[in-house]
Amino acid sequence: MRLDLTRFDVVIVGGGPAGLMAALRVCLETSSVAIIDQSPAPGGQIWRRDLHGGWPEHVSAMVKLLSQRSSFIGNATVVDATSVDGRHQLLVEKEGRTIAIETATVIIATGARELFLPFPGWTLPGVVGVGGLQALMKNGLDVRGRRIVISGSGPLLVAVAAAAVKKGADVVAVIEQAKLSSLARFGMRLAMHPFTALDALRYMVELNGGVMQFGKWVSIARGAGKVEAVTVTNGNLTETIECDLLATGFGLVPNTELARLLGCEIGSRGIIVGRGQRTTVPGVFAAGECTGIGGVDQAVHEGMFAGSASVGDRPPYGSHRRRDRARGWGRILERTFALRPEVLALAQPSTIVCRCEDVRRRDLPALASGRQAKLYTRVGMGACQGRVCGPPLARMFGWEQDTVRAPLQPAQLSSLIGAR
Amino acid sequence: MSQAVVRITVDGAVLDVAVGVSVAAALMNASLPIRVSVSGEPRAALCGMGVCQECRVTIDGRSFQRSCLVAVRDGMVISHEA
Repeated sequence: MRLDLTRFDVVIVGGGPAGLMAALRVCLETSSVAIIDQSPAPGGQIWRRDLHGGWPEHVSAMVKLLSQRSSFIGNATVVDATSVDGRHQLLVEKEGRTIAIETATVIIATGARELFLPFPGWTLPGVVGVGGLQALMKNGLDVRGRRIVISGSGPLLVAVAAAAVKKGADVVAVIEQAKLSSLARFGMRLAMHPFTALDALRYMVELNGGVMQFGKWVSIARGAGKVEAVTVTNGNLTETIECDLLATGFGLVPNTELARLLGCEIGSRGIIVGRGQRTTVPGVFAAGECTGIGGVDQAVHEGMFAGSASVGDRPPYGSHRRRDRARGWGRILERTFALRPEVLALAQPSTIVCRCEDVRRRDLPALASGRQAKLYTRVGMGACQGRVCGPPLARMFGWEQDTVRAPLQPAQLSSLIGAR
Repeated sequence: MSQAVVRITVDGAVLDVAVGVSVAAALMNASLPIRVSVSGEPRAALCGMGVCQECRVTIDGRSFQRSCLVAVRDGMVISHEA
């Protein structure tokens, strides 16, 4: 066990759009700034470096600039965090080593993860998230000639479908649970956000409109050892579609665990932030999807604001208006892609709801709270620490999220000894 | 466009994989399940971004590695966890 102890003026957790923009702003004042990220390279999800295509061009330039004026600590996971007298210490595990990073200023830019809803067969190999498919493809998953069904909810479905088509996949169906009428209203509001409307149009054209279906969902995935076919329904009629991969996801959930551990107040949409992206804990800022799902525009603005505030500066005039418009976009998304009750009730008694501990729907005690369910069944006590099963079970049964404790991720014992 | 290739072993079997591909993607490309669940189900990656822990394998003797976050390296030894 080697404990490296290192200090930075500013530590940014998360190297996606919000974290990178914050770093860009901060590095103008000081080069004692570090970005910590679990991936080998910066970019987060939407700016993830593609194995063949590299980063989006503007990101490439940003990363190059930052490499000269900041430190990127990749393949690194924050497993614990404490604050004493306004100074914060993050315990980081990186490739078997343990690093203690000490700072007065933390910017949390931990982004979001996908909302998965359990249904029969969802644990089969070949069933991946929608953002999950994108991440896997960018990291080398070969989809050439593979039949892919993409289902769930949200604008991500179409964006990832288009990306899969570009990579040579045969995207046979894109299945959105929201009704077309909901999306028509969305289309009207889309006109108010012209940049995103153009994106959407581009995606639709690349995709070939014929594969899109609305007001439907995948109710069952079947296969021997891996997914081979899915059943799609609108609640009345059903249809079977053969496929090699099923990408399924129902929107995004903010990653608030680190913020919770540091004692930040969390609201219904994410980490609560005030002026300059300040959280309720002094010296701790938060930016991007982790403060509320709002897309890349919001993340970019919030990252810039957090970076400015963290070095004692104000953001440029008028920028709050752009950030608020981006936030408005997030709220429109929520209403348009609201989940229908049918997709929250897909789990059959034998359906696994906690993948880490193989807890099935029928194992869950009736009307229990989340904490009671944990005591009886171990649901949420496995490796993912409730990140996958927590959000769907909260929506299905109204269970409150439990308190967060270290370690934030499964960690080596040697990392935690002597840490607290 | 030709690509550099590395050689890894998965439970003793040899696999040639293009440089830069993540271990999880490599296993899925080879149609190999990545782990076995507590009740014996085969599992592969779900979230692709280090959250779900379904992709965990033992890499070069170190257990509980999220293979979606690790790129293949020449000579890498991968074995499965129970």
